[in-house]
Amino acid sequence: MKPRHRKLAIIVSGVSALGIAAALVLNAFESNMVFFFSPTQVAANEAPKGKSFRIGGLVEEGSIKRQSDGVTVNFVVTDTAKFIPVVYTGILPDLFKEGKGVVAQGKLSPEGVFRADEVLAKHDENYMPPEAAGAIEQAKMQKTVMSK
Amino acid sequence: MIPELGNFSLILALLLALTQGTLPIIGAARGNLSWIALARPVVQGQFVFLAIAFGCLAYSFVNNDFSVINVARNSNSELPTHYRFAASWGSHEGSLLLWVLMLAGWSVAVSVFSRHLPDEMVARVLGVMGMVSVGFIMFMLITSNPFDRLLPAAFEGSDLNPLLQDFGMVIHPPMLYMGYVGFSVAFAFAIAALISGQMDAAWARWSRPWTTVAWVFLTIGIMLGSWWAYYELGWGGWWFWDPVENASFLPWMVGTALVHSLAVTEKRGSFKSWTLLLAISAFSLSLLGTFLVRSGVLTSVHAFATDPSRGIFILGFLVIVIGSSLLLFAWRAPKIGLGGKFDLVSRESMLLANNLLLVVAAGSVLLGTLYPLLMDSLDLGKISVGPPYFEAVFVPLMTPAIFLMGLGPLSRWKQASLPELAMRLRWAFGVSMATALLMPLVMGEWKPMVSFGLLLAFWVIATIFVSIRHRLQNSGQGSVFTRLARQSRSYYSMHLAHFGIAIFIIGVTLVNGYETEKDVRMEIGSTVEMGGYTFRFTGASPVTGPNYSAMRGDIEVLHNGEKIRVMQPEKRTYNASGMTMTEPAIDTGFIRDLYVALGEPLEDGAWVVRVYHKPFVDWIWFGCLLMAFGGMLAVSDRRYRLKINTKPIEAATEEKDGGRAPSGNRLATGGKKG
Repeated sequence: MKPRHRKLAIIVSGVSALGIAAALVLNAFESNMVFFFSPTQVAANEAPKGKSFRIGGLVEEGSIKRQSDGVTVNFVVTDTAKFIPVVYTGILPDLFKEGKGVVAQGKLSPEGVFRADEVLAKHDENYMPPEAAGAIEQAKMQKTVMSK
Repeated sequence: MIPELGNFSLILALLLALTQGTLPIIGAARGNLSWIALARPVVQGQFVFLAIAFGCLAYSFVNNDFSVINVARNSNSELPTHYRFAASWGSHEGSLLLWVLMLAGWSVAVSVFSRHLPDEMVARVLGVMGMVSVGFIMFMLITSNPFDRLLPAAFEGSDLNPLLQDFGMVIHPPMLYMGYVGFSVAFAFAIAALISGQMDAAWARWSRPWTTVAWVFLTIGIMLGSWWAYYELGWGGWWFWDPVENASFLPWMVGTALVHSLAVTEKRGSFKSWTLLLAISAFSLSLLGTFLVRSGVLTSVHAFATDPSRGIFILGFLVIVIGSSLLLFAWRAPKIGLGGKFDLVSRESMLLANNLLLVVAAGSVLLGTLYPLLMDSLDLGKISVGPPYFEAVFVPLMTPAIFLMGLGPLSRWKQASLPELAMRLRWAFGVSMATALLMPLVMGEWKPMVSFGLLLAFWVIATIFVSIRHRLQNSGQGSVFTRLARQSRSYYSMHLAHFGIAIFIIGVTLVNGYETEKDVRMEIGSTVEMGGYTFRFTGASPVTGPNYSAMRGDIEVLHNGEKIRVMQPEKRTYNASGMTMTEPAIDTGFIRDLYVALGEPLEDGAWVVRVYHKPFVDWIWFGCLLMAFGGMLAVSDRRYRLKINTKPIEAATEEKDGGRAPSGNRLATGGKKG
């Protein structure tokens, strides 16, 4: 092969490899990006139907109920303005407690119950998931706006 | 008094680092011998003062000096002594101090093991490392001083995060940091080469063993982190594509590319600019990783808002380091020249393709890690990018890389012939294909992804056998053993590391394909069946640890009707912080792990229990260990040990080490490695 051809071949294969990689990355990005919605947004029907998303806020006091199989748990997530019922099957993270912040990932059922397939574990007692903190902050701001 | 002494040492170390970062480099540019000669003693002095500073911090931790903020926040008098010592690097501030101490350690090692290098080169390398050190020590003194006092002193510390109270925590961060910081040596060599304009293959030869050692540490560090997450987090996973993990994996991928690219630059003189760029990138990603993990930006981008000085310093430092080295590169790179030419099908082109794949994979992981942070900081919405993204991108990119990994070692440098390779490898391909198709049936269920993963792993193993067999046929007379013994360590090291990858792939494939998991309610005496094992819960009882109280479950494991052991998972509550933590019980085996964790207590002594059966999971970490051993073997190769006085012998071994290399393989710099 002539040097000129060799160079061309290397450039062409490099560019096509990059193209394939870019297509892969963008496609995967598109289909695997998970958006976050606050309980207020979910109540206002802003969350997607049939697609996974995350909600966050506080676990409502007194809302944790364990079903008779011992493994399925119902609880309510709130940003202090709206309340979204959540159902999750499995072991909850160590730091999951009533009155504490939580982020869950899953889908909204037609009945308006959030079916979580993941409840996120965080590593610190005093740490509030930033999404949850943001949701509560926003709900408080809206309240003050409305009361004015 | 002791913390002040530490603070004072830190300031002295900064002054020495400033000297180290300026005078030797200026001296090397002007030919001022006394300034050049300054480099080594200043490096050693800086190390001594940083060691004193670190010693003071460790002393404060071990002796419960709660008048130091850092100690009060991250330790507790109930904490066992070895964890109090490890708590020294459990916080942001302390880990930075460990980081610079290691940087100084690597610098001392360079100053000691570089006697055979030109003095100006050593002066420039140590100078660059000095500048990095200046940045870090200033960052500590200005924004995160580990010796800041708390007045009045706290009566009791608020405890080290219980997750970090573990042996893995004692050794994981130092190993990881040794890797991160080790890439600073390759970086410093690259910058020194760019400054001096001597960008021949000599710098590649010098920095190659350093890079390999750093890579070994990073590999072990990541492996320990993954293992720690597995047995400590209670979720049974070994990799979560969490930003913290990605932060360590990014420099590893680019570092792996660098290790291979350096080999080409050293042996063939090609890829010179690419290698320089990789050396800069690997260290830049190490810096990024350190800051991402330690600054708190990952838990919340708004962590910066609470302490803007830290964020601005970090961004500024990254911009200066990465920006100035890339500028230098852009200015100098056109003069580098092309080096040895090679054909489209050759060992060089395959290594280049693998390099590109690794770098593109690193780029896509970087995108997935930083994009959500960027979106959030610009208030464009909160998104998260989870494991499905990384798997969807990473697996297709690594598949051709693994395939080429089998091909590369068998191809000739400069020009290889595809038909010849195909001839030689058809059996390897056939055997690996057949094994990959049949083996899942042995495991009980045929799954396409399992077959595919096994194909990659067996392909790597089969090509290693073909390569060694071919090598023996071409290495003269004697029995198989003498011929085996005649091969260089660097040759075996390559195959050992690649074999480690194969073992790793087998582990990942089988655990992903065949693991079973159950979360069940277990009353006293009830049983669960899984993977041919029966788990019987016989109740939980309270126990007391040094700084926690716990409920300990007793779970009998039966296999073929025989009791093989009792597993005792715990649910701990730590006294100082009140945090609860799950401590799983694991029965480790060659072909499977049994994993039991306690969930929540229910009425009448029943518990929610999580039970896992994980086939071949330990092969994942064993594979990583093999990779690391491969790296160590490479560094122990005789050409690095017998640097001086052995020129003739070395030339002889190197001729063989070049393998398929044509004899006209001498580099422009004259002579061979060493």
